[in-house]
Amino acid sequence: MSLKTPLGRVLGLGAAGGGAHHWRAQRLSAIALVPLGAWLVASLVTLPDRAYGTVHGWLAQPLHGLLMALLVVAAAHHAWLGVTVIIEDYVHTTTSKVAALLVAQFLYVVVGAGALFAVLKVALGGWA
Amino acid sequence: MATRPRPLSPHLQVYRPMYTMVLSVTHRATGIALALGVVLLAGWLLALASGPAAYNRARELCGSPVGILVLAGFVLAFWYHFCNGLRHLNWDAGNGFEKAAARRSGAVVVIATLALTAATLLATLHFGGRP
Repeated sequence: MSLKTPLGRVLGLGAAGGGAHHWRAQRLSAIALVPLGAWLVASLVTLPDRAYGTVHGWLAQPLHGLLMALLVVAAAHHAWLGVTVIIEDYVHTTTSKVAALLVAQFLYVVVGAGALFAVLKVALGGWA
Repeated sequence: MATRPRPLSPHLQVYRPMYTMVLSVTHRATGIALALGVVLLAGWLLALASGPAAYNRARELCGSPVGILVLAGFVLAFWYHFCNGLRHLNWDAGNGFEKAAARRSGAVVVIATLALTAATLLATLHFGGRP
């Protein structure tokens, strides 16, 4: 027997008015970050050195540029989702909670867009 | 009516710390650290895109004693969150919820984390050393 109203059962949203999308996005970005994260660590470790020319030349290759672009988008999204859950769990005053959630969202949009822009600039910067 | 504020979930302060609980808290702690790491990764990429001068300042920061320690900490946090994240995905698929299985997978995560961290740091020394 369920204590939910018939309308609540049909909408399937629960008390928070949402949740399935957040849960799903967190898992999808986590799955994406398994190969991407392993690739990032393996790449940075196996570079012959970390001089500007070496690192720039590595990221300018289409495959590595694409993987880095995918990684920064997935990582910024996953970080935002995780930080959101932590704020919702530990910040109990509505004003502070809403303010912290807004700061987190703006921060990770800027971080994701900034990192993506940097990758594209390196990858599409020509042969100079 | 109770006037004293009651502790709200999660009730970390009323439980005796247990092995699986410490692993769970560590997953959150490493998650927070890595969320900060994403910000630093974006900064490093923007420095790389800005040219040699900005990149070399970032490289100097990474190569300083504090920088090396922080980077090593990120390697440890990354592999823990990576391994325990796979453990979580396995739970999401509906497997390994029994107490013994959860404790066993926790031990696997700790051992795998230490092994992968050691391998990463040794490989870094082998391939080119300092940042």
